[in-house]
Amino acid sequence: MKFTRIIWANLLRKKVRLLLTIGSFAVALFLFIFLGVVRDAFNRGADVASANRLIVINRTSIINSIPLSYRDKILRIPGVQCVTHNNWFGGTYIEEKNFFVQLIIDPENQRQVYPEFIVPDNQWNVFVKDRIGAIAGAKLADRFHWKVGDRIPIKNPMYDNKSDAWEFNLDGIYHGKEPKDDESQFWFQWDYLEERVTPGFKGQIGWYVLRVGNPDDAPRVAKAIDAEFANSPYETKTEAESAFAAGFVKQFGNIQALILSIGTVVFFTLLLVTGNTMAISVRERTPELAVFKAIGYSDLTILFFVLSESLAVAVFGGALGLAFSALVIPVVAKVLNGLLPAIVLSRTVLLFGLALALFTGILSGIIPGLGAMRLRVVNALRRV
Amino acid sequence: MVKVDGSGGQSSLIQVRDLDKTYSRGGQPIDVLQGLNLDVSQGEFVAFMGPSGSGKTTLLNLLGGLDVPTRGSITVAGDEITHMSSSKLTEWRARHVGFIFQMYNLIPVLTAYQNVELPLLLTKLSKAERRAHVETVLSIVGLADRMHHFPRQLSGGQEQRVTIARAIVSDPTFLLCDEPTGDLDRKSADEVMALLEELVATHHKTVLMVTHDPLVAARAQTTLHLEKGVLVEGKKYSGEIAAGGGA
Repeated sequence: MKFTRIIWANLLRKKVRLLLTIGSFAVALFLFIFLGVVRDAFNRGADVASANRLIVINRTSIINSIPLSYRDKILRIPGVQCVTHNNWFGGTYIEEKNFFVQLIIDPENQRQVYPEFIVPDNQWNVFVKDRIGAIAGAKLADRFHWKVGDRIPIKNPMYDNKSDAWEFNLDGIYHGKEPKDDESQFWFQWDYLEERVTPGFKGQIGWYVLRVGNPDDAPRVAKAIDAEFANSPYETKTEAESAFAAGFVKQFGNIQALILSIGTVVFFTLLLVTGNTMAISVRERTPELAVFKAIGYSDLTILFFVLSESLAVAVFGGALGLAFSALVIPVVAKVLNGLLPAIVLSRTVLLFGLALALFTGILSGIIPGLGAMRLRVVNALRRV
Repeated sequence: MVKVDGSGGQSSLIQVRDLDKTYSRGGQPIDVLQGLNLDVSQGEFVAFMGPSGSGKTTLLNLLGGLDVPTRGSITVAGDEITHMSSSKLTEWRARHVGFIFQMYNLIPVLTAYQNVELPLLLTKLSKAERRAHVETVLSIVGLADRMHHFPRQLSGGQEQRVTIARAIVSDPTFLLCDEPTGDLDRKSADEVMALLEELVATHHKTVLMVTHDPLVAARAQTTLHLEKGVLVEGKKYSGEIAAGGGA
């Protein structure tokens, strides 16, 4: 392109300013992408939720239990394919900072309800037969350098009023079918819990998870379950897994609004940094732009020069920001493993970051560009 | 042939008729040019003189299509430019006008070669053709050996010669020079004027120049004075130059 040299020369006119602008752009874009990734992480529960899975919890709150005896009644409701149940354990592995999700599962039905979590059959068979067996997600095992056969002690005096740890044999490691699947959970058997808990906890589960044959049946099945247990001591609230996950996130506060407001501030910072640089750059070059116009460069060509420069800043800043994100976010994800839902830099977030960079590039150049375009040569030459 | 009474024929390269230009300053109209007439033939070298604020630069801007008159017409090589749209005027300038400014107005981040090449980037010439044109004009202005220097690496006189090269590289119909020697020492001014004279004599260029300097004006074939918004024919300053020891 004939004009590349002109655009390039103008871009490199003030190298320090260019580097600082590109750097600011990259940092702001990285921050924006990081916020997007965190937002995704909080929404992942809803994203990965299966359309034909329903969650049944105690109507009062998820922290209130419901009886195990409901399982057979739920199974009898037309449309229900299979049911499993989970409890939240909430124990401590060595020290409190080592937080991770510990779920008490029903080995008989867990794999039917959650087919996206893959455990090798041989490991699963050992786990089913091992009363104190446990299965860990691949990321969790990686975090603590666990391997199959390890003995894992987890303290939780809440269930049995004893200070000694619950000992588990790590019998298997599960993987998710897709990268977005959560690989940071720790599962162990309901029977082990039932054996150790104090009488008050016996026969009580945290929540049911069930599959329906046809997702279209889900609303009807949910209504039927809640109707079945209406006016009982343990009334239920049944909802789609996605709604349940979204409700769970809301317990942290309005994460979505928080991230959106910070993201908006970051976006405008990005816009102002680049826009300010372009405005200064165009103002400094007013007489030169007048010369271009005097010798026959059209208004549109002048606009093209300015937009190309702002776009170039955005492309370089954007590329740097995206590269930085691609390098740093996996490291942050590893460091935060377990403290936040899985942080994954998805292609969607990367593409959104790229689109944002280009959009900002054009938007920040448009006002100075229009100013340059409308410049009156006679007035501009007087400024020499 | 240069005439200021409107009696020039259709053969004139530049025809200006009843040209008015009025500015508004602080709400007050200021009549800069009033009923100005001018006829200039091809190959003429005309100098415009006059006190500050007399409208010399305004006239040059109007002739170059950088500004539009309040009334009247300007016709260059058969094209009536006063009613052209802004975009048409831009195209017209690219084809017909070469500008030489007092402050050189080179693009500081481009080399002499790249500055001279600028007008050619708007044409359909190939890279090789552009190179040939640029090298030719840089040779004409005596800067073939400085083509890869940036403006900051050139003297004022050399910068102005690059500006002249940029002005002539696309072979425009005429050149407009606004105080081309105003920022130069006498020796450099002499060199620049010699170059303009050569462009007129050898390459038959038409040059219209604004200057404050009578010695510079004397190098032109005709000197016109702007008085009260109209042009008045002056005399050749050759006698004065001789008396003054040359320009």
